[in-house]
Amino acid sequence: MSMSNREITYGEAVREAIAEEMRLDDTVFFMGEDVAVAGGVFKVTVGLLDEFGANRVLDTPISEAGIMGAGVGAALTGMRPIVEIMFGDFIPIAMDQIVNQAAKMCYMTGGQAKVPLTIRTTIGAGRSSAAQHSQSLHAWLAHIPGIKVAIPSTPADLKGLLKTAIRDDNPCIIYEDKLMYSMKGEVPDDSDFTIPFGVADIKREGTDVSLVATSSMVQTALAAANILEKEGISAEVVDPRSLSPLDTDTIIQSVIKTSRAVVIDEAYQSYGITGELASIIHDEAFDYLDAPVKRIGAMDVPVPFSPGLEPSTIPDEDKIVKTVQSLFRDV
Amino acid sequence: MSDSLELIQTSSDESALNLAPELCHKMFEKMVTIRRFEEAVLEVYTQGLMRGLAHLYIGQEASAVGICSALNDDDYLTSTHRGHGHLIAKGGKVDRMMAEMMGKVDGYNRGKGGTMHIADMSLGILGANGIVGGGMGMATGAALSAKLRGADQVAVCFFGDGAINQGAFLESANIASIWDLPVIFVCENNQYGEYTAAKAVTAVKEHIAERAAGFDMPALVVDGNDTVTVYETALKMVERARSGAGPCFIENKTYRYRGHHVGDGDSEKTYRTQEETDMWLAKDPIPRLSRRMLKAGMATEAELKSIDTQITQQVQDAVDFAKQSPYPTADEVTDHVYV
Repeated sequence: MSMSNREITYGEAVREAIAEEMRLDDTVFFMGEDVAVAGGVFKVTVGLLDEFGANRVLDTPISEAGIMGAGVGAALTGMRPIVEIMFGDFIPIAMDQIVNQAAKMCYMTGGQAKVPLTIRTTIGAGRSSAAQHSQSLHAWLAHIPGIKVAIPSTPADLKGLLKTAIRDDNPCIIYEDKLMYSMKGEVPDDSDFTIPFGVADIKREGTDVSLVATSSMVQTALAAANILEKEGISAEVVDPRSLSPLDTDTIIQSVIKTSRAVVIDEAYQSYGITGELASIIHDEAFDYLDAPVKRIGAMDVPVPFSPGLEPSTIPDEDKIVKTVQSLFRDV
Repeated sequence: MSDSLELIQTSSDESALNLAPELCHKMFEKMVTIRRFEEAVLEVYTQGLMRGLAHLYIGQEASAVGICSALNDDDYLTSTHRGHGHLIAKGGKVDRMMAEMMGKVDGYNRGKGGTMHIADMSLGILGANGIVGGGMGMATGAALSAKLRGADQVAVCFFGDGAINQGAFLESANIASIWDLPVIFVCENNQYGEYTAAKAVTAVKEHIAERAAGFDMPALVVDGNDTVTVYETALKMVERARSGAGPCFIENKTYRYRGHHVGDGDSEKTYRTQEETDMWLAKDPIPRLSRRMLKAGMATEAELKSIDTQITQQVQDAVDFAKQSPYPTADEVTDHVYV
């Protein structure tokens, strides 16, 4: 195995993962709206059509429920489809096929059926795309037993988790933050590099507070940790990387070490991932906590269009810093 | 534009029966099996041995049997909440089906699915479905899979008149048509979506198949209680799909003699009339086939009666098998969430 690394973007990580798995396995194919000829609206899948041809890289009609259903049916019958849903905001259109069909087939059939379906979609605000193209709706599918959910924060995590998803015999969904497609990062120069689901990653070691963050919020938390360091607070940044399955142990061990935790996720705060993670930490590390677990999510408003409004709805490093500081006031 | 709507509504009852005797026997046996199985389901449900819902297929047997008799073992089908007939017609075993009805461990799904989710992946039965229109995407995907693998399999998508008003139909029919996928969309128009008349809620001139004609595929309207016509139509369309000519749509006009599900009251006193039900009872698909078999000299009345008796016993054996099968143990509850 080669130990050298290469620097690629988050978007290139998607393309490399798909291309490598398609070279490896003839049953893998890729379909979605505008993904073939145009190479995707974010230009992430440019070149796949040229390499693999129109039988394996398919432009579909704008029919999210239809293409998801076709993905489920193909997965049930010997193929490994990768279905792209352009914006995570469009997942609700395909929800029946994901929630009632894909995620339940194995269980409902007593283990007879397997659905090796990979869904890729996007999350994240910050592009003035307004309320129907900016949401982070990953909690909805993390709520459903039977589908695995990953939410990578770096090019390496994205590539490794997407390759694992494609090889997995269960339905998996990868939520990609669309603002990170041009972000660069080191990726192992190894076409067999994968990252398992259910293994969190400590993105920064620290001793005073655990910042448990997902997707682009990992980058925001790292920036906040640098600011906090100058104030003498050592923050550890924990990235769960996958929500189902969830690596509870790594999160709890970090909190046991630091005694404080702030959970940060870009989704609406109410009834979301931050609530779930905070509850797990309270349940399993209560005796170790020196302060209540704090949650930071997006404001509970539809994402506004105006550049004058949108930034205030999304968690930022300033909010993380202030929240962490509040945990130390009475000590 | 489409000149693809074809009416094959006329009954073939008075025509000569030109099918092989073995095939007619097989179809008769399957139809009687469905009828006796559903009667047994009614009985065990009424006795409290089966919980949940029981949507009976009684009256629609010609549709499942006529279509599935034109299929190969490795062809696919997706079914509906009223799916027992489709499963039996494709080769499903009545004992494992009955055990599943009762939630027993020897059921097809180890008791985890029940009546609305029975599947037998080894027979290409991708599952009954509790969501109206839920199988349309899957059938399209199975056909896409066959095409991408270069296999000559086809996928039959059974659904009712209610499902034609789901958006899933538009999306799946369009995808199947643009990619020339081997999907046979079979609309079993039993006249009622639950308790509402299809004609009251479906904007078509006369036939549901008119919808499909707009998707650039052959759309056929068939007397769905005429087993022979259903079979002959299916054979032609399955061969067409297998040859790569793309999807088609068959509307089987039929009727369910029972209610939407067992125990939901007296249909003839609420949303339909006794007169209408009697009119359809006179078109019962089983005697229609047996009369023609007798007339063609393919069987005697005694032979057909003996077949019926044997099937009745098989179904009784299935009920006994299901009754003695244990419930799954509690430790199985977390199995199969993931592969």
